[in-house]
Amino acid sequence: MNSHLENNIKPVIYVENLTKIFGKFTAVNSISFEVNKGEIFGFLGANGAGKTTAMKMLCGLLKPTSGRGFVAGFDISKEPERVKASIGYMSQRFSLYDDLRVWENFRLFGGIYGLKEREISETTERMLHELGFTQERNTMVKSLPAGWKQKLAFSVAIIHNPGIVFLDEPTGGVDPKARRQFWELIYGAAERGITIFVTTHYMDEAEYCSRISIMKDGTIDALDTPANLKLKYGVKSMDEVFYQLASSKG
Amino acid sequence: MKNSDISVEVKGVSKNYSSVKALEDISLSVKKGEMFGLIGPDGAGKSTLFRILTTLILPDSGTAAIEGLDVRQDYKSIRKIIGYMPGRFSLYGDLTVQENLSFFASVFGVKVSDNYSLIENIFKDIAPFGDRRASRLSGGMKQKLALSCALIHKPSVLFLDEPTTGVDPVSRREFWQMLERLKTDGITIVVSTSYMDEALLCDRVALIKEGRVLSSDSPRGVIDSYQNTLLAIWGEDMHSLLKDIRSYGEIKSIYSFGQEHHIAIDKNLYNINYIDSLAKKLEATGHRNFHIKVIAPTIEDCYMEFSANKN
Repeated sequence: MNSHLENNIKPVIYVENLTKIFGKFTAVNSISFEVNKGEIFGFLGANGAGKTTAMKMLCGLLKPTSGRGFVAGFDISKEPERVKASIGYMSQRFSLYDDLRVWENFRLFGGIYGLKEREISETTERMLHELGFTQERNTMVKSLPAGWKQKLAFSVAIIHNPGIVFLDEPTGGVDPKARRQFWELIYGAAERGITIFVTTHYMDEAEYCSRISIMKDGTIDALDTPANLKLKYGVKSMDEVFYQLASSKG
Repeated sequence: MKNSDISVEVKGVSKNYSSVKALEDISLSVKKGEMFGLIGPDGAGKSTLFRILTTLILPDSGTAAIEGLDVRQDYKSIRKIIGYMPGRFSLYGDLTVQENLSFFASVFGVKVSDNYSLIENIFKDIAPFGDRRASRLSGGMKQKLALSCALIHKPSVLFLDEPTTGVDPVSRREFWQMLERLKTDGITIVVSTSYMDEALLCDRVALIKEGRVLSSDSPRGVIDSYQNTLLAIWGEDMHSLLKDIRSYGEIKSIYSFGQEHHIAIDKNLYNINYIDSLAKKLEATGHRNFHIKVIAPTIEDCYMEFSANKN
């Protein structure tokens, strides 16, 4: 066992000099940070800054070129399969099966995560109830409105009660009302102790995070609470913080 | 208004998909050179309207015309004078940046050089990546390429279905600066968006919900028609403030707005003592260090109000 895995107050994510190089292109350039249990961590940055690459490494989907990282206590380079089993992941594109009914999606993902039949049906019922979707149990996912699909995808991503869930632009293209309903789900999960790692391009949503990092050209240029970042850059909104950081020529 | 001033005219258009009513008796008109926004929840029918106006599907009833050309009879002529950026990435991922542009030019029977001045400002940012496959571009660059391709034949009317979804704030701002420039070239732009700061940049917006147009007005007009009294509250433990205030039940709505929550109250229920009594209630529940004040609504508050009866 690695020494800091034995530590009781270990962070849920621990990353040190994490780097990914594709050919001559350094997508992620030696980033280091920690995320603590129960935090809502906002992972921001311009398009092409390296967010998706970093996130794929954290989820055990991509092997780092150098540096190291631990997620939910497992080494992302050496134990990617155990990382995958311990996390939830909601991809940028819609991650459910359109041609399956609502309950079938729960059944499928519950099975993939190795839950027992009974756990799956109990969790499905509880989640459908919480979402107010009990009438939609037998509805084909493709005929649900986009905002509903996103909420459903989030619930399916945490069906195995992971310690941490990764959300890649979960509210992209979602209207203002549905976005807020989605964030109430995020808060609910965080209150139950699930750590949230989320990317977004909506700067009002950045305000809802405990801490945020802003990536640019493969490095993390800023990392703090929204309040401290606004103070540091002498501005009133996260929009202005982002604009100052991302538009400055590095 | 003379007919020749109108670029897009929709009269009584309905469209059903089997049992689902996607559009119900929609009417609106867009003036030449106008920047016109379509705003509404997911599934309101915005994309269906785009597909009718770009002659990809036919309405079940009603009429629609682009620059005086009918979407049924004159669809071939319409296709030559419009540009369309559909909601999903519409380029060929396996073709390079340059190949995509040449392809779309050839489809419309023009050369890239014919109208290059129109797209120069947009395309110059991605030109250095001319040999890169479109699938390997970042979100912001993909949108610039898609816009360039939609403009290559110098259309009179541009239809943009959520062009900035997934685009970062800086690229979004750049994208809208480009649209402003196209407007000065006299191009009519019809654009849908889920970003309310973008709605504010339109000359007029139509609020669409469940297949119907609720109103079309200037952003200022939409804001001026807001009926509630609006309060902002901010302080410690924002999430429990939200839950507690919602549980009091006497408000119309409370939603997060970045670092504040906005509370909508029926105008008739609001009086000079309202804030004091709300504050006392919150203190009794254990809240400390919060601030409440009356604020002016934003267009996003108007959106929340008009979509209030849903779900």
